[in-house]
Amino acid sequence: MTGWERFTDSFFNARVMAQYLPKIVEGFFLTVELAALIIVAGLALGLLLALVRAFGIRPLNWLIIFLVDLFRALPPLVIIVLLFFGLPNAGVELSGFVASWLALTLVLMAFSEEIFWAGITSVPKGQWEAARSTGLGFVQTLGWVVLPQALRITIPPLTNRTIAITKGTALASVVAVPDILGAANAGVSFSFNPSPLTLGAIAYLVLFFPVVVLGRWIETRFAWKR
Amino acid sequence: MDLFLETFFSWQIISEAWPILWQGLQATLMLSVLVVPLGVAGGIILATLSTVRNPWVKWPLRAWVDTFRALPPLVLLVFIFAGLPFIGLDVGAWGAVAIGFFLNTGAYYGEILRAGIESVPRGQIEAARSTGLTRGQTMAHVVLPQAVRNVLPDLISNTLEVVKLTSIASVVALPELLFQARQAQSVTYNATPIMAAAVAYFILLWPLVRLLSRLENRQLAGRR
Repeated sequence: MTGWERFTDSFFNARVMAQYLPKIVEGFFLTVELAALIIVAGLALGLLLALVRAFGIRPLNWLIIFLVDLFRALPPLVIIVLLFFGLPNAGVELSGFVASWLALTLVLMAFSEEIFWAGITSVPKGQWEAARSTGLGFVQTLGWVVLPQALRITIPPLTNRTIAITKGTALASVVAVPDILGAANAGVSFSFNPSPLTLGAIAYLVLFFPVVVLGRWIETRFAWKR
Repeated sequence: MDLFLETFFSWQIISEAWPILWQGLQATLMLSVLVVPLGVAGGIILATLSTVRNPWVKWPLRAWVDTFRALPPLVLLVFIFAGLPFIGLDVGAWGAVAIGFFLNTGAYYGEILRAGIESVPRGQIEAARSTGLTRGQTMAHVVLPQAVRNVLPDLISNTLEVVKLTSIASVVALPELLFQARQAQSVTYNATPIMAAAVAYFILLWPLVRLLSRLENRQLAGRR
């Protein structure tokens, strides 16, 4: 076998690819499902924490800041491993899917809270004062005046952060979730051929390449002219 | 409560597992000292290339960067570690991590530095060139110092992410902190080693997170 034949037989083996394509496709939809659940829960919790922080209740804010710092400092894989391998020692069993979802949701919550909060604080004080002086209450000012302005400038950093954290769904394969990478790994060990990994890499590119290009576009589209 | 403390914060387990964890912590630090400069070097190469206006350079470069930004780092790492040996390229765990991080984090550092370079006004380059500096000298002494200063928060943030990302090396059995913690856990049947690893990461990276949070607030607030 020449070098080239060996290469194509290893990484682009049509027989192996055809055999494991259905598994990879299943994994693809599992990855999409996991990613969607993380984005919805993570962004919602992040926004909620930022709004609570706006009320300025000291002890509560310290708690929020600590939570945010904690989940920004810990590697996502460490959280997943702690939830999946650590909790059973205390008698709590989470499935790999739930452990991955919970870990990445907490991470996205922390990063998005930070971004939402920076957006809220970037709204000039005069906007608050003007809105309050027209008779709007604190909550009304926050909801109708401050938040709409804050959200606009948070879109670019939020998009990039969300993409980066969503790519972390591949970590779920470590705790036996049959997502794209999980299915590809299983395929490699059954067929003793790395073609399923090639398929997996292609599947990730199909999923994330458009998202990365979109993120690039959003960054220029929403950029504030200095 | 006692069960919780016994499972996650047992002093006895900590003292037993400490030698193993300490080795892991050292490997994690060594890994960071290896992959951060590798990524920065890759980033400088990509960012310097991005100043070339030729479309035959520009578009392949963009495709390269976007590909490695779209591919999850763990997928890249597994591909290098478990895939390449099939064609006779066995680079080992350290080699796979070095190559994977060079490709992945290099793309991120490259994007950040490119944004920094673009933020330096063209007049600076023209002025430097007109004083007789060569292209390379202009880049090294005039453009890059200003570029780095302009995107410093992003560079620090990316470095934090890279250090956190070294934990995926545990998947290819490189004995860094998380891997060692898992080993210790499987011997002791107790989650304390993993908790200890988490605490170590937190102590190591918390100062960086604090610093970043200040810088980012200032940066976003300054956009108005």
